[in-house]
Amino acid sequence: MVRQMLTGNASAAWGVRLAEVDYIPAFPITPQTEIIESLARWICDGEMDARFVTVDSEHSMITAAGAASATGVRVFTATSSQGLLYSFEMLYTVAGWRVPLVMVNVSRGVSAPITLEADHNDILAARDSGFLQIHCETCQEVLDSVLMAYRLAEDERILLPIFVNMDGFQLSFTREPVEIPEIDDVRSFLPPYQPKHAIFKASQPMAQGIAVLGGPVYSYFKYQMHLANRKGLDVYKEISKEFEGVFGRKYDAVEGYMTDDAEYLLIMTNSFSTLKRARERGIKAGLLRLRLIRPFPDDDIKNALKGRKAVSVIDQNISVGKGGILYSEIAGVLYNEKDRSLLLSFIGGLGGKNISPGEFEFIFDNMIKTSETGTVPETQLLYTEAEWKEMERLKKIAGKG
Amino acid sequence: MNKMPIKSIKDLPLEENLLPGTPMCAGCGGLLALRHCLKALGDKTIIVNAAGCFTLLSIYPFTPFRNSWLYTAMASAPAGAQGVRDALDILIRKGRISPDENLKVVVLTGDGTAYDMGLSSTSGAIYRNLDFYYICYDNEAYGNTGFQWSAGTPFGSKTATTMPGRIAPTGAELSKKNLFEIWRSHKPPYLATISPAHPVDLVNKFKKAEQFKGPKLFISLAPCPPGWGTEPSRSANFAKLAVDTGIWALKEAVHGEVRHTLVPKKFKPVEEYLKEQGRFAHLFKPVRQEETIRKIQEMVDGYWKEVKSQESGVKSQEMI
Repeated sequence: MVRQMLTGNASAAWGVRLAEVDYIPAFPITPQTEIIESLARWICDGEMDARFVTVDSEHSMITAAGAASATGVRVFTATSSQGLLYSFEMLYTVAGWRVPLVMVNVSRGVSAPITLEADHNDILAARDSGFLQIHCETCQEVLDSVLMAYRLAEDERILLPIFVNMDGFQLSFTREPVEIPEIDDVRSFLPPYQPKHAIFKASQPMAQGIAVLGGPVYSYFKYQMHLANRKGLDVYKEISKEFEGVFGRKYDAVEGYMTDDAEYLLIMTNSFSTLKRARERGIKAGLLRLRLIRPFPDDDIKNALKGRKAVSVIDQNISVGKGGILYSEIAGVLYNEKDRSLLLSFIGGLGGKNISPGEFEFIFDNMIKTSETGTVPETQLLYTEAEWKEMERLKKIAGKG
Repeated sequence: MNKMPIKSIKDLPLEENLLPGTPMCAGCGGLLALRHCLKALGDKTIIVNAAGCFTLLSIYPFTPFRNSWLYTAMASAPAGAQGVRDALDILIRKGRISPDENLKVVVLTGDGTAYDMGLSSTSGAIYRNLDFYYICYDNEAYGNTGFQWSAGTPFGSKTATTMPGRIAPTGAELSKKNLFEIWRSHKPPYLATISPAHPVDLVNKFKKAEQFKGPKLFISLAPCPPGWGTEPSRSANFAKLAVDTGIWALKEAVHGEVRHTLVPKKFKPVEEYLKEQGRFAHLFKPVRQEETIRKIQEMVDGYWKEVKSQESGVKSQEMI
């Protein structure tokens, strides 16, 4: 075991290298590019025995990845933002092929306006595709999650592609100390890929991804995907326990931080959160970080929210015309609960916008007030006075002041 | 099949890899061409398909093929071929499957995909020298959706979106995109046009292509009875007329070097090809559109004039 300072991107690449991936169809896009650059370099240097091919687009990239996976090799690919959206048709398609490839998405806001910085509208747009989704907070978690992702995807009970997601810039370009596991430990956890499902070969002609006629046949296959994806909740628990046994690191589907005595809970994903100021003020604040987004860990969330005075969901995404995506999903989980917490909705961190300690304070103030009055405010956008002033200044320069 | 090249239809391979009972339209010229292509390719083949008429060949739980099939999407079948080819190479190299398990990888798309939406992924695959076959069945419109205009539609054709009307009596006002030349500019090892009415020429081209590692590309004219407004029983006749009038030039390009493989001794007038097809009927009645018919004839004449000036030794009825 070696400890190195690695970026989130380099951590992802190390996970792929340790997973002894065979095939990497690729296409560059910021802020993901460092992942494929690292892998390409290792392959050129003979440190990794895989084939790397740059194709003409992300749409082609996912097609090649899915087709190779259907032919029986272990496949990795990565993208961000516009690239993910460009590949969209194929996300649904390869999920329908039931191929166990792993894809890292480095989250970045989607155009327009075009931006490079992180939010989760890219990855959450893919939530209905059939891919499983793991969202990471730390660089170590990125490496570990890539290994866990192959176990999940290749499990016979699942056989679906999977995303490992991290925040662009905030994690992709942040160096943290990361333990790089020994290959023998990795192999004991994640053995070389030996597909048990049908693959394309001369002795075994078959038709894959073929057309269906009629709703019942379509419904059957679509719902099979859903059931397999949902099965991921149980399989995840098995795999994370096994992972902990081999590597000593524990990753729950939903991770609680200071939740034991917490009266007020924040729910977030990925890397943007802090409770420091609230706890300093004596507020019993806790954080619930959703690591598994698909399958959605309904029961873990229900259990974690029991008996809280108020809960706030910070969505680093916006479903335009509705509001926060995770807020709606969590509210859906709670609806039939008898004892359910008041649930507040905040939109923040869009396009990499910082969420400052003051904004977290604002959220906790809102939660306390809501718990006292029982009146839940409408969805609020986190945006500071200083940011507003700066925006006014820019608009003036643009001639719209 | 031992002898190469074969001389007559009696020498065509007897094996059938595309079996009867498909839901294609009666008289589908593309299907006839595909049947011959698969005779030449054999059954150790995987077809990677893009959205089009032929997507409906395999409908769960049936397939008419002895070989494998993977439907991808409209734009990216060549990228699917890349994935399958690379995976097979990796598995064989790493000893995880036997070399006997190898497959020929064949992209199968219509003209809508080949001429427009799939160009990016096709260009990429050819440029990377991917070892694959590409068969484009060209019925000169988006046939599966009801015969709308595509970039493969010829000048003067009626389609569902180029209906001859008062303002635009000609039908399609643009000429067919020159896909052969677009593909040829990548200098693939082998590129050819084929026709279902010339199975000997077709099979010989596939057999010739076999020696090359890299892209082996084929564009087949595909008479389409419902779209062309023709009798299903006459598809082969129209495919033959297209060659006899010089509208469909049978040719090949080896590493970019073009050679015509069948040049009619005497070209029939294009009118013979046009006048019996519903898609060109508006050129003849109620008013004969003399100028449009002449323009089509001039385009064909111009093409062959250029061929004769560039390609020395082009002989009539020359066969490979």
